[in-house]
Amino acid sequence: MNHPELAEQFNRDEARVDWHDETLWFVRQKRDKAAHSLPEWETLRETASQIKHNVLGNLADYLVQFEQNALANGVQVHWATNAAEHNQLVHQILLDNQVDRMVKSKSMLTEECHLNDYLAQQGIDVIDSDLGERIVQLAGEAPSHIVLPCIHWKKEEIGALFHQHLGTEAGCADPQILTGAARLHLRDTFLTRRLALTGVNFAIAETGEFVVCTNEGNADMGVHLADVHIASMGIEKIIPRREHLGVFLRLLTRSATGQPITTYSSHFRRPRPGQTMHLILVDNGRSVQLGRDDFRNSLKCIRCGACMNTCPVYRRSGGHSYQSAVAGPIGAILAPNLDMTKHADLPFASTLCGSCTNVCPVKIDIHQQLYKWRQVLTQEGQATTAKTVSMQAMNAVLSNRGLYSLAGRVGRQLMRWFPALVSNKLNPWYTHREMPEPPKESFGEWYAKHRKP
Amino acid sequence: MTVGLFIPCYVDQFYPQVAIATLELLEKLGQTVVFPTGQTCCGQPMANSGFEHLTHTLSNRFVEQFGGVDYIVSPSGSCALHLKEHLHVTHDQAKAGQVQQRVYELTEFLTDIVQVNTLSANFPHRVGLHQSCHGQRGLHIAQMSELVAPPFSKPVELLNMVTGLELISLDRPDECCGFGGTFCVLEEAVSAKMGKDRIADHLRHGAEFITGVDMSCLMHLEGVLRRQGSKTNVVHIAEILNS
Amino acid sequence: MTSREKILAAVRQNQPAASSLPPMPTSTTFDEQPLERFETILTGIGGRVIHVADLGEVSRYVEVHYPHPLRVITTLPELAGVAETNWTAYTPHGLADVELAIIRAHFGVVENGAVWLTEALLGQGDALVRAVPFIPQHLAVVLNQADLVPTMHHAYARIGHENYNYGVFVAGPSKTADIEQSLVLGAHGPKTMTVFLVSL
Repeated sequence: MNHPELAEQFNRDEARVDWHDETLWFVRQKRDKAAHSLPEWETLRETASQIKHNVLGNLADYLVQFEQNALANGVQVHWATNAAEHNQLVHQILLDNQVDRMVKSKSMLTEECHLNDYLAQQGIDVIDSDLGERIVQLAGEAPSHIVLPCIHWKKEEIGALFHQHLGTEAGCADPQILTGAARLHLRDTFLTRRLALTGVNFAIAETGEFVVCTNEGNADMGVHLADVHIASMGIEKIIPRREHLGVFLRLLTRSATGQPITTYSSHFRRPRPGQTMHLILVDNGRSVQLGRDDFRNSLKCIRCGACMNTCPVYRRSGGHSYQSAVAGPIGAILAPNLDMTKHADLPFASTLCGSCTNVCPVKIDIHQQLYKWRQVLTQEGQATTAKTVSMQAMNAVLSNRGLYSLAGRVGRQLMRWFPALVSNKLNPWYTHREMPEPPKESFGEWYAKHRKP
Repeated sequence: MTVGLFIPCYVDQFYPQVAIATLELLEKLGQTVVFPTGQTCCGQPMANSGFEHLTHTLSNRFVEQFGGVDYIVSPSGSCALHLKEHLHVTHDQAKAGQVQQRVYELTEFLTDIVQVNTLSANFPHRVGLHQSCHGQRGLHIAQMSELVAPPFSKPVELLNMVTGLELISLDRPDECCGFGGTFCVLEEAVSAKMGKDRIADHLRHGAEFITGVDMSCLMHLEGVLRRQGSKTNVVHIAEILNS
Repeated sequence: MTSREKILAAVRQNQPAASSLPPMPTSTTFDEQPLERFETILTGIGGRVIHVADLGEVSRYVEVHYPHPLRVITTLPELAGVAETNWTAYTPHGLADVELAIIRAHFGVVENGAVWLTEALLGQGDALVRAVPFIPQHLAVVLNQADLVPTMHHAYARIGHENYNYGVFVAGPSKTADIEQSLVLGAHGPKTMTVFLVSL
């Protein structure tokens, strides 16, 4: 199924769509309030965008610099060209340490690589420790949002899920009590896992340290209680200097949830005595996207999710309708790079309203890239024949004033005589909307009568 | 100074009264207006669907039709934006570039070029303004709620000059209506839901009319209003300013 | 070719022309009334501030609110009367039953209520436990009120090129809003986070 079909399914329960829309709009409002509390907000965005631009232009050097510093810090650095290689590297580290169960904090990269599925096939038990991720994991689903993984779940449904898996009281839907149950369950996990995997929000070239941001403290709980820390990062997460964190940490959480900063912003530079720290640098299509003039800016993304919260389409179609680890507007410009055929529907899942571009803390021209992906997808032969034929026909009519006038006149006349020609269920417009009433004459015809030619 | 009137194809065919109001309004304000009769469409329906490469003939036609006027004014933020961003011709791109510079959406032309201070319009109704995205976020005819920047609105400036008009406030003043060109049929479910939600906001605040600078958004909202049997109607801003 | 070489070659081939780094922004937004605003902002994110004149007041507070047999640990020798100070021999797992940990912070940040900790503050000598700010049920941080900086720009200017092994900004208690955006304090880490602002 494609995005329109999944979105149509999502819209069959209108009350739920309203709830989903309003929940995310509430997050957008919190973001607005946080942004408007800083008069320097737009300067920060511009600065962040320029820092990331500098990174894109010097990425190879920064990667080498980062690697050298990280190695000097005692971190083991690995490189993975694609998802499969990343997953194998993780598995090898597990084998080397004779570990068959691990705890993992939020990492959209591992979602992109489908790490959990791969490790499950290898007989490794993985527990996601972010509460939202744990909820969707128990439900056998993928996250529907990069920051709010179970934003599509109602508390009553989570209550039922926890009753089944964690033994909470039947019918209990109190977020406080449910979170408390997850706290106990995951605390036991943290205390008994020897290996913890985290994502990376920022990696600093000049120091070789990397920063992980969480509200729950789950990344730190996992890592500080484990003998082995694996951090997986996309190669675009590099920033040049430590002081640049000042810019990004001011923007990230204000954009994401409206908080001034995440509860924990942890800077990992060296493993603690007795611990080993592995860092996996993953390409998986990023170097290809880097070579696309029109789309490389998408690599500036810091995964705040603001574009999803503001997107009127995302709010009314849900994250799963995108069928991509990263959903929403940013997902729609990242995913076609990974697989143009599979994700050909995504750049069209937008009205090009531009709100995403305005909230983006690193000023990615998201809606312009959506427009450009549409052109690329058509050129690459991803449009259906029916669409191509109808576009060519429309263009032919519009390119010829005589044909255009004739078609308009005939069309309006037919609509007046036979309204059922267009007002029927084969016309998607008519499903929820009336057709405009065709006037007797066009403006062109009126003008010819009332004004000198 | 000659103003070339560019009337979007669907306005020409379905909403001639909007084009007439635009023409009369500009003439009332002392402008010399011509309507190049060979014009058809800006090419946006094809381009937004991924077929921009087909639209060169339309762009050539546009430059040929409007190459000789001082300003090109259109009662549509969306078409004006498309022309400003994507007018790609086969031969003289420099000429096309000059033409692009002269394209104006109606309300920005009135506030920025004509510098209208007063209007004789009278529209004694409660009116909700639908801020269409391409006019607002594309052409910047009004400040955007996402940005930390001083507020302004060219359409509101003009509506405030209309006697008797009461502008209502909205919970989401610049949320997209969901029209989106071919999006309205390709993504029918989401498009219709977005339209319903926009309308609910206006109705909740007692709008008798919903206005805007883009008839395409209003056509979509009108379709939903009529399906609901609502008494509230849509009206293009040109019709109000010309009332 | 190794994966490393492949990735670096592809990046070098595809990366755009280099651009220069922008100047770092400055901000005066949080210069005024730092104490009041730090308290307001930290309270707003679920933390709390208690003004104290000296560490004696902290001791008395702990005595009243965390009575025996609740396990309280600290890195401050001055609080030895009310908290364990010899816990650094433990592994992090040995701290799983700690009710309250009291530690020092280098400085606080007005704009977001965060405090900056590094590994050097999380134990004594070579016995440092990174889990300390995370594993207890409650966290308390002692901060001199003179040690407040307005924004994160000032924070990183103050950190400079310090050679820490591990550092963390902590802003309030561990929290989640993953269930229907309802804020719950105490996700995995401390359920409360108290900053004792010392006026001397």
